[in-house]
Amino acid sequence: MTPAATRNYFELFQLPAMFQLDLDQLDSHYREIQARVHPDKAAHLSDTEKRLFLQWATFANEAYRTLKLPLERARYLLRIHGVDTREEDNTAMPAEFLLEQIEWREELQEALALRSQPALDRLALRLRTEMDSLFGSLATLLDVEQRHPAAADLVRQLAFLEKLGRDLDQAQAVLED
Amino acid sequence: MLLQISEPGAKAPAKPRRLAVGIDLGTTHSLVATVREDRPVVLEDAQGRVLLPSVVHYHADHRVDVGYEAGVWQSDDPANTFVSVKRYMGRGRDDLPERTGTPYRFADTPGMVQFETQAGTVSPVQVSAEILKALRERAVRSLGDELTGAVITVPAYFDEAQRQATKDAAKLAGLEVFRLLNEPTAAAVAYGLDQEAEGVYAVYDLGGGTFDISILKLTRGIFEVLATNGDPALGGDDFDYAIYDWLLRETGIPSPTAGDARRLLGAARAAKERLSELPRTQFNAALSNGTVVDRTLSRETFDVLTEALVKRTLAPVRKALRDAGLSIKDIKGVVLVGGATRMPCIRKAVAEFFQQPPLTNLDPDKVVAIGAALQANALVGNRAGDDWLLLDVIPLSLGIETMGGLAEKIIPRNSTLPVARAQEFTTWKDGQTAMSIHVVQGERELVSECRSLARFELRGIPPMVAGAARVRVTFQVDADGLLNVSAAEQISGVESKIEVKPSYGLNDGDITRMIEDSYRHAQDDIVARRLREQKVEAARLIEATEAALAEDGGLLSADELAVITQGMGVLRETVEGSDWEAIKKAADALNEASTEFAGRRMDYSIKTALTGQKLEELRV
Repeated sequence: MTPAATRNYFELFQLPAMFQLDLDQLDSHYREIQARVHPDKAAHLSDTEKRLFLQWATFANEAYRTLKLPLERARYLLRIHGVDTREEDNTAMPAEFLLEQIEWREELQEALALRSQPALDRLALRLRTEMDSLFGSLATLLDVEQRHPAAADLVRQLAFLEKLGRDLDQAQAVLED
Repeated sequence: MLLQISEPGAKAPAKPRRLAVGIDLGTTHSLVATVREDRPVVLEDAQGRVLLPSVVHYHADHRVDVGYEAGVWQSDDPANTFVSVKRYMGRGRDDLPERTGTPYRFADTPGMVQFETQAGTVSPVQVSAEILKALRERAVRSLGDELTGAVITVPAYFDEAQRQATKDAAKLAGLEVFRLLNEPTAAAVAYGLDQEAEGVYAVYDLGGGTFDISILKLTRGIFEVLATNGDPALGGDDFDYAIYDWLLRETGIPSPTAGDARRLLGAARAAKERLSELPRTQFNAALSNGTVVDRTLSRETFDVLTEALVKRTLAPVRKALRDAGLSIKDIKGVVLVGGATRMPCIRKAVAEFFQQPPLTNLDPDKVVAIGAALQANALVGNRAGDDWLLLDVIPLSLGIETMGGLAEKIIPRNSTLPVARAQEFTTWKDGQTAMSIHVVQGERELVSECRSLARFELRGIPPMVAGAARVRVTFQVDADGLLNVSAAEQISGVESKIEVKPSYGLNDGDITRMIEDSYRHAQDDIVARRLREQKVEAARLIEATEAALAEDGGLLSADELAVITQGMGVLRETVEGSDWEAIKKAADALNEASTEFAGRRMDYSIKTALTGQKLEELRV
């Protein structure tokens, strides 16, 4: 019996399949499960059991990571509802959003050119606020209105912003070193 | 045959205690510890010393000295006396810094470095195995019986090849490895259990040759590594070299012989250690040509000489904090590990960086071995249920080579272990039945700037038109940070055969050959060893199966129970004999027969894990 065949991530942690998730509960349920299935608990058991513990612990880690990260959680929820976000081939975005992206990118380049840590910090804060607000809308679309195609559009936009956030992190690392 | 099932609630008869040890296989020193009457103890040699210098000397007649006995050969026979061999584990010639005074003769071989000695060619794995054997013998002498297994520590920032090399060394030394444990995590276990610590801690571990920083969250028996970073080629040794280089500049000694280099380095280390207590010290060494080197070294000068080294440790600290998404104010305490953290310049730099004095209440030399011993005791099953959980991470990203020599990341660094990712590949030629996958480790975008781990040849793909085959390759990294690759063609369901060519490691054939070689020069006999190993394995399997049946036998039908009990009966009989292959066959059969049962138990365990917790929540 392989873990993947038996249940989805929400069922594994006995949590409602919602975007708005009690993260403390997720943490504590993850730990309860891991305390039962971690390979360290099978060190003195048979090879069959060792393999089984490894599979389950791997599954629990993947499930936890997916549900903990909001964008991954949204993608996973959409997949459960049969909606593919098609981020590789669907790059259609509202023109307004794309313009905004260009502006963000320009500001990032400027801050880097000036080697200005405060400018990067301000940019990071604005990005955080923008993403929080979009995640708020995403929660409504997924949990209240159940508008999955619209939610998929928003996930694609958030993926752009998350990439920008990673590049910002990278820029901050460059300035620090 | 009658099966013994204890009554519910009745106390199980006391099990014989199984002997397990924790081993800190260090660059300069190694230690072995165990848990005795619930207390961790570091084991001493016959002279009452706990540190074993990680030095190995090969005699022409194949005799091998380890530790203090080997150390006396350092200056007189440096080419056959290996110090700091940990630096060479899983490393090729190109990875090593050119350094004056390296006395070893490297064999001209691809992959991991090999040394030419008067006793033949040896690899760093074999040298490390000698150190592990000495520790195993110390433990057996001290505990009075053969060991069930060991936890061996490795630097958190060790890559796959270095971890595999360590595990191979243990295998060669005849040790059953329960787990490779990251040194900072081991220290956190020792510290956390000792001090009942809760919160986010940083472990700053500067050993003889490696530097690690781990950020851990400690909550009610759970040790969760949030991020780790480090420098696998930075340690106390480099501080010795800083003094050594300064001496050469000061005295104008042109290029010392290998023996003199060892003398000067030894004196440099002693001076460094004295400077941790004193503001200034006298440096004294007599060279082979009669010259006496005599200099005064002050702590101020030493601090200037080593300033760049101290700074080099802080970049990984910043990276680890960033990866953990934390800032300095989130860190509740900083635990210092490794003898090199006794240096005042390190303590000062750490205190300034973290804006708090570091915690130094545990012996930085012993804390890793103690943590490993505690974990070994838990893994061997000597504790009953109330033990802790370690959640560690992979230190470096794993990727595969794609078009144009680019590395595509498959498993990002700091992913919690165990972790697995699957990737689909297709063929590019009609009828193609094989493909090659190059796995690399590192953070850079170019394959050439990452470390090559292995090339996997997939064979047996059913012939189809180009692009039609869907080969799903699964990369599984276990709790030790070791990689396993499996592959299956999705349309036909055919499993591909995988041939692994490790870039810097040994393949299974090498290991077998080395084990056989080692028996040519020893009294012990390889068949006896195999038999001993299979008997231990069989006893463990019987015990585990009995415990499983006693606990969850109710999950089985009468027929299913009969199959398992029969398998146990067969194994019990064969284990009395002396045919190791027959024992292995019976054990495999019992494993096979219990597969379904194990799956059902797991399912049951997971279901009750959360219901159990809900009951508790209701009670609050």
